[in-house]
Amino acid sequence: MYNFNNLYEAKSVAEAVELKALHPEALILAGGSDILIKIREGKLAGCDLINIYGLDELRGICVEDDGAILIRPLTSFTDVSISSVIKAHIPVLGEAMSQIGGPQVRNIGTIGGNICNGVTSADSATTLKAYDATLEIASAHGTRVLPYTEFNLGPGKVDLREGEILTGIRIAKESYDRTYGFYTKYAMRKAMDIATLGCSVNVRLTQDKRRIERLRIAFGVAAPIPIRALSAEEAAVNQSVDEALLELVAQESIKDVNPRTSWRASKEFRLQLVKELARRSTKAAIERAGGTING
Amino acid sequence: MANREIQCTVNGKKRTFLIDVRSSLSDMLRGNAGLDSIKHGCDVGECGACTVLIDGRPFNSCIYLAIWAEGKTIVTLEGLSDIKGAISDIQQAFIDEGAVQCGICTPGFIMASIPIIESERPSTREEIRRQIAGNLCRCTGYENIVTAIEKTQQRRIAEKQS
Repeated sequence: MYNFNNLYEAKSVAEAVELKALHPEALILAGGSDILIKIREGKLAGCDLINIYGLDELRGICVEDDGAILIRPLTSFTDVSISSVIKAHIPVLGEAMSQIGGPQVRNIGTIGGNICNGVTSADSATTLKAYDATLEIASAHGTRVLPYTEFNLGPGKVDLREGEILTGIRIAKESYDRTYGFYTKYAMRKAMDIATLGCSVNVRLTQDKRRIERLRIAFGVAAPIPIRALSAEEAAVNQSVDEALLELVAQESIKDVNPRTSWRASKEFRLQLVKELARRSTKAAIERAGGTING
Repeated sequence: MANREIQCTVNGKKRTFLIDVRSSLSDMLRGNAGLDSIKHGCDVGECGACTVLIDGRPFNSCIYLAIWAEGKTIVTLEGLSDIKGAISDIQQAFIDEGAVQCGICTPGFIMASIPIIESERPSTREEIRRQIAGNLCRCTGYENIVTAIEKTQQRRIAEKQS
């Protein structure tokens, strides 16, 4: 038996935002793989919940008319990783999500829950940030669109205002077109573990595959929130594809991160990981794009 | 707290349960349905001892609200036996390979292995390990568990081909 107080049940998105406006303190319950556990641990014992898990209108992945990929927030980690749309256009996202927990957790956990928790270690966050995802956020007053890069306000805090819920995650065609990505998760164990550091890179090479047209790189657990390393991205533009580029991306990334010491790893180790994962993810992304380092 | 009637299919039978809405699926299956293969291990989705199949996929029933089971098809370890109560090939393989020691984790491991042994493509030991990564065993060291699953899958594939 879970120790929660009231359970409000939404039968539609319209009802969910109404309930959220009526009960601002109540937490949105999606797959529950964080909330139900925190209730068990006592951290959220006695809370009120708004259950949206049954809302199939918030589930699924599709390509819209303009080529944008729309991921509904209740789509499970498993369904993101096996989606033919994701495999065809943003395979790195599915790969990142298949590194979460174990099969049981991936069947219940949702991509929306992963980012709404606002934790820096969320495995989907780095790739979604690196692909400039936008969020569709609904309230009783309508819908607003927010760049995902502006969503995280602090550890565990996201820009969901009173009466709002996340209803969509969108990646524009311009953002994913002709890109190749790679996510590296560094953790102590191969499964059922939280990232010590995560790094997602995607690149678009010039036609001759010798230069970087665009590079995007994001880190998890390298700062209080998942972040983009904009210095590294700017420095990489037009650079030729070689070892010097990998070193440049690694060194520039250091300027953008702000890791801390925790029981999992020291700040110094995390800084080392930032450089190493930046190198490895960039190299792998370039190779996927058909480029060769020093080729 | 409100009670609720939940209708779902458990091990092939349509069932109705009257439950407290705060129940987990493991509370409902072990407490209300008396299915003792469901173990309350960690109760926080870490150990996999409460694994059941919901619409064919493995879930930790300890972190699943019982009310979410409405209309779903659930299979527990008890559902693997045939009508006469004879155990299935995967259960026999766990016995034959010495993949059971204290036994607490065994039902969860077997349920987590169902998607693998039903797959028609042979899995590598690494792939099997990945599929059971959400289950903990503190006795066996996993080797015999992987072997039991591997051999059952191989036998099933061989039977289909012959």
